[in-house]
This record gives sequence, C-alpha cells and structure tokens, in this order.
Amino acid sequence: MSHLKTAMITALLSATALTASPLMAKDLRIALQSDADVLDPDQSRTFVGRIVYASLCDKLVDITPDLEIIPQLATSWTTSDDGTSITMDLREGVVFHDGTPFNAEAVAANIERSQTMDESRRKSELKSITSTEVTGEYQIKLNLAGADATLLAQLADRAGMMVSPTAAAAAGADFGLNPVCSGPFSFTERVAQDKIVLTKFGDYWNADAINFDSVTFLPIPDTTVRLANLQSGDIDMLERLAATDLGQAEADANIVVDSAVSLGYQGITFNIANGEKGDNPWGNDKRLRQALSYAIDREAINQVVFEGAFAAGNQSFPPTSPWYNADFPVPARDVEKAKALLAEAGYADGIDLEVQVPNTTVPLQLMQVVQSMASDVGINMTITSKEFATLLADQSAGDYTASQIGWSGRVDPDGNNHQFVTTDGGINDSKFSDPKVDELMNAARTAPTVAERKALYDEAMVIMLDELPRLFLYHQKWIWAYNDSMKGFTPYPDGMIRLEGVTWEE
Amino acid sequence: MLSFLFRRILIALPTILLISIFVFALQKILPGDPLLVLAGEERDPETLAFLREKYRLNDPIWMQYLAWVGNALQGDLGISLRTNQPVTELMAQKLPVTIQLAVMSMIFALVIGIPAGILSAVKKGTATDYVANIVALSGLSIPNFWLGIMLILLVSVKWQLLPASGYVPLSEDFWLSIKTMLMPSFVLGTALAATLMRHTRSSMLTVLSADYVRTARAKGLVERVVILKHALRNALTPIVTLTALLFGELVAGAVLTEQIFTIPGFGKLVVDAVFNRDYAVVQGIVLVTAVGFIFMNLFADAMYYVLNPRLRGQ
Repeated sequence: MSHLKTAMITALLSATALTASPLMAKDLRIALQSDADVLDPDQSRTFVGRIVYASLCDKLVDITPDLEIIPQLATSWTTSDDGTSITMDLREGVVFHDGTPFNAEAVAANIERSQTMDESRRKSELKSITSTEVTGEYQIKLNLAGADATLLAQLADRAGMMVSPTAAAAAGADFGLNPVCSGPFSFTERVAQDKIVLTKFGDYWNADAINFDSVTFLPIPDTTVRLANLQSGDIDMLERLAATDLGQAEADANIVVDSAVSLGYQGITFNIANGEKGDNPWGNDKRLRQALSYAIDREAINQVVFEGAFAAGNQSFPPTSPWYNADFPVPARDVEKAKALLAEAGYADGIDLEVQVPNTTVPLQLMQVVQSMASDVGINMTITSKEFATLLADQSAGDYTASQIGWSGRVDPDGNNHQFVTTDGGINDSKFSDPKVDELMNAARTAPTVAERKALYDEAMVIMLDELPRLFLYHQKWIWAYNDSMKGFTPYPDGMIRLEGVTWEE
Repeated sequence: MLSFLFRRILIALPTILLISIFVFALQKILPGDPLLVLAGEERDPETLAFLREKYRLNDPIWMQYLAWVGNALQGDLGISLRTNQPVTELMAQKLPVTIQLAVMSMIFALVIGIPAGILSAVKKGTATDYVANIVALSGLSIPNFWLGIMLILLVSVKWQLLPASGYVPLSEDFWLSIKTMLMPSFVLGTALAATLMRHTRSSMLTVLSADYVRTARAKGLVERVVILKHALRNALTPIVTLTALLFGELVAGAVLTEQIFTIPGFGKLVVDAVFNRDYAVVQGIVLVTAVGFIFMNLFADAMYYVLNPRLRGQ
C-alpha cells in the first residue's frame, strides 16, 4: 500500500514538475496537407517535402521573412568582382546526424551529387557552377560560368541542403529511405501516408534554440479534418488552413492563426505558339487576352472565392514583394474597355474560350467566377476540368488554348519568370517568345545589384503585362493555425515551418 | 471437399492473371504522363529522359508487363515512383490497418444488421418494421464522408471523446488503437449493416413461411425458440455468403472513409497512387486485393458447403 502511495506521489510530483517547466519535453505534431514524396533533397519535388526538410536538413544559407539571404551553414561569403566565383566560409563544429563532420569537402560532394546524380532534380538550379575548389577545411570556392545573381537564393532551398556524404555514397539513389542531414532533427521513422517522425539531434550546432524532443508530421488531406484535429488537441499545428475555415479557427480562443503572402501566383497561361493549337485567336491576338484581363475583377475573386483572405494580383510577384512593379497596380475591372478591345480585334459579337482547369474545388470555383465575369463582356468561356497529371501533360504538349495553373514561387524573382517567358525556357508552355524579354531576363540573371535587377524586371514586366502570355489572378497566402501554447513562430513567405526559437508553454 | 477447393483455386488463377493484365492496360490508357509530375515543377528534360529509361517507360507495353510479371513472380512488386519505397513494404505497412478497419466495421455491421433484420421480419408490417427499414435506408443513403465529418465535429471537437483521425497500431497502444478506429468502422459498418439487414429480413421472411416453422409452432414451442433456433439457422446460410463477400469489398477499400479519417490503409494508398500515376503501387495493390477477394469468395463457397449438408452429397 505504502509503495503504491509513494509511487503515486512521485508520479504526481513529476507530472507537475513537467507541466510547470516551459521547456517540457514535447513531441510537436504538425499536420500537412499531403504526404511528402521521397525524402532526398536532390530528388524530391513536393512543397510538403520542403516543410519536412526545414527541420531535417540545414542549408548553406537561409532567408529572412523579407527574403534577404542570411548565413546558415555558410557563415559568410564574397563574390569576386567579375561575379564569376563565390567564396564561402563555413560553420565549424557542425556534424551530420551520422557523425560525419561537415566541412568544405562535404559541400563539394553535395554539389557534385546535385549536379551529376542521374535522379537529381537540382541540375538546372545549380547549372551555373562549373567547378568547386576546397580552399581550406572550412572554406569553399564556387566557380561559375558567369555572374549568377540567382545562385544564393537556390542555395537557400533544396539545392543548398547538405546531406551526409558518407550516407549518400552508401545509399545512392535510395538515400531518401533513410535521409541523413545536419538539421535540428534527425530522421527516425516514416510510414507512408501516416507519419514522418524526426527526433531532436543532440549535437546540432544550434541545439539550444530547439525546444522539442521530436516532431511528427502527419499528412491529413481534408482541411476540415485538419482543423478538427487541432481543435480536439490531437495535433499542435497545421499548415494551409482553407480560407473558408478561417472564421471557425479564429473563433476558437485556443487557436492562433498566422499567415504570409506566398511567393507564388495563380493565373491563366495561354497557348501562344505551342504546336497547332497555339494558332488560335487567343494565341494570335494579345487584345483578346487584354480584354479578358479587363473583364476580371480580381478583388471580387479574392472576396468571393477566398473570403478576402488571399491577395489579388496582376504580376508574377505579389504586390507586397520588393520586386513588384508599383507603376502597374492591380487594375480595376473595366467592362467597356474589354468590350472595346474585343471589337477592335474583330469579335464585337463575342468569342469562345476553352480553359482547362485542375479538377479540384478551388480552381473550379475560381474559374466559375472568372467565367461569369467574362460572359459580361461577351467572352463565352467553357471550363474543361482535368485531373492534374493530364492537365500538365496536355499543357506541356501544347494541347490546350488556356490553362488555369499556378506556380509555388521562388525566393529569387528569376524563378517566377525566366523559365516561363524566355524563348528556350524549360517550362515555357506558352512558347511565348520576345527578344526584348529574353534580353532583359538574361541580363537580370547577371546584374550585380538589386537595384539594377529590379529595373530590368520592371522593364520586362511592362512587356509581359502588354503581351499577357500569363494572366495573373491572385496570390495565395500560407495560413498556419496552431495551439496557443506554441510561442515564437514566425511566418515566412516561402511557407516553411522553422522551429528554431519556437517554444511550448502551457 | 478438398478436390472442390482445389478446383476453385485452379479457376481463380487465370482470373488473377486477367485482372493484372486489365489493370496494367487500363493504367497505360489513362491520360497524363507520370513523369511530368515526378520530374518536379521545373521538368528538366535530361532528368525526364533518364527516369523514362530507369522505369522502362520507353519499352512497349507488353514488355513492361512481362518485366513486371517476371519480378512479381519472384516476390518483387517494384518500387513506388513517388517515395522510392518497395511496394511490398508499403503494403505490409497498410495491410494490418485495412484488416483491422474491415474486421471492426464488420462487427458493427453484424451486430446492427442481423438483429434489425430479424426484428423487422418477425414484426413484418408493424411500426417496428417500418422504423427498421427507414433506419436501414438512411444507413445506405447517408454518404460516408458526410457522416464521418459530422461524427468528427461532434464526438471529437465538441465532446472530445475520441481522437479525430489517424491511426495507432494495435501493438503500440491497444485501447487507443481501438478508440481511433471506432468512428471510421462505425461509419463503414452502418452502410454494410443496411445491406445485411435487408437480406436478413427477406431471408427470414421466406423461412418463416416454411412448413417446418409452422410445425415447430404447432408443437407448441415458444416463439423465441422457433425464431432463433429453427428459423434463423436456416435463414443465415445466404447471410454468411454475403458477409464473406462484403468483407472482401471492405478489404478492397474504404476509400472515402480512409480519406476522411486519414487512415493509412489500402484505399488511401491506391487513390493517391492513381493520382500520382504511381504504376507499381496501383498494380501491386490491385493484385493483392484481387487475391484477397477471390480468397473470400472461396471461403464463402466453403462455408456454404459446410453449412448446407445437402451440398455435401454432390
């Protein structure tokens, strides 16, 4: 009996001790909208995969919420005067989860892996690096084919994530089954579509800033169910709350909602010259595309489809971005102008337009709103909904007139533009081609200062807004909801969840 | 009996082969290129070409199929294009989940469906019969996803009685595992209960009008004994077969329910795999499910044989 009593008292005491401490051992449970793909930074491609990496894999550099590049594994860097090399000083005393030391050799091995592994999806991101030179144990020189203003931003994402060279060499393309990096948490377990469990890495260089024993990522696709789990306390945080659930989440006193305008965009891509279907009135006459743009009330779309939670937009950057061309604010709807443009193009009596749309709720709702706005000016829009893999294949093959599609966004402005609008751009599904745009986009890649680059993008934006190969509609906001015991979370426009400095206080 | 089973298994083999060919062909007919999704947003042409080669997507379809069959016969079902995990390993993770969900749903279905069916047959034409029928029809008509979300909002969010979604293995925490599965299996079970109830009712009605039941009553047996001992036993034979078949259907996938409750079972795996054009995974699941379904069919036949002595003489 007395044994039992002692045991109970001990248990009680330890329980109170635990709850009293703000840094209590806790497993943080985060719900993701979908399951990540392969967990190899060189092979993976999903957004949720990157959220997992934010806790698993450190990068050479990171970004601030204002998109400035700051040190992570590289502590400082200098670019040569002609811009053809970058020398980086690396953080000392860092080890990978398997104990392999992090140094210049490791960086060289990582860049080689990203550039040469057959399965690598990072080749184009690191194309400008021609060779690496280990100039000291903790110093590396990256030699470039030419000045590349976009490289640091690439190194702030998957291309700059450092994996253990020992583990990578041993596992080859199967590295993703048991990833070994140098981030604040190490990989413990994965059950597909169920959970990814990471455990705090004791030897992390910034371990003092990490206040959770482990973090579990749970893919929960249904947004209502995601929120219900948060409300019932089964999870601590969720990403991408649906705009329509905002009211319910904000009404709950135990839930905090945070958001950040994303780096990406949503809009309509036109087929300008991609195969036979590019030869159609919409591809041939920019006035039609302009007419559609004037027919749309972008702010109304934001209100109707997204309860005002997102940001209306008309460029490849959101209006809040430092790269946004402020001379061209989001235009108001102008039905008369749209009709005039249609008449000028010879379609005063109206014209048909077929738009392909991914077969999920939000894009369908979006296009239905656009459809009704377009009908007011005489554009008779038909919506063809396609499952995403099909939509992408048709778009790539040029088997479309217009396509409702978005882009998740990149830190560097180049990522939102160059590959879509330059003549040889890898994902220029419009096959839009304009020598001036090519020239400006290429120049912006090498221009040394931010101000010069901004001027080049501003100039290109004038042409893109006139030609409209892509018609921009809105910018998504990343919306996180979490238990109010969680303190110190900072929203970033890249949508990642960074746990440094985040605490749990009951 | 043994030769009967052996014959049935022999007949099943070509069925499985046909199913695998059918599914393989069907997947290839689907529009959309898996690699455009797989190659990432930027779709580097070099990587695309390498992956096409690696996953043999350049080969003619029949060669791809033969390669798959060859590997499958050696127990290798390929790897997931999306996560690089072996398909066999993926399924080994999912199978216990799906079986647990199926068994628990079936318990709900039997416990609700059979008594309701008996009651409604015995009280045919009375208010009880109508109420039971209306309840059964609602069970069939209410969509699983709606019932699921309503239950989550009520039971988990409002009353905080059960976990909202997810899955806990039985071996990790037995009671939590059962608690987590309660709502999804109830949702699935109610839909099946309706089917079972309707069949039990009609089967009971037939039996109740049979001569031997009249004889039993004439002998002066109490009504309870007449119904439970004489009528029910005979009425159950078709129900047993039906249960085995429904069980096969359950294993095949409670797609929507798994999606709503985020249960990492077969249904969720196959839906995601179809959307991602994860050929190897779809192919593997369909094969295993088909085998499971055929096995349940066989089991149903065998049970029929055991329960119905008249068949044994043949």
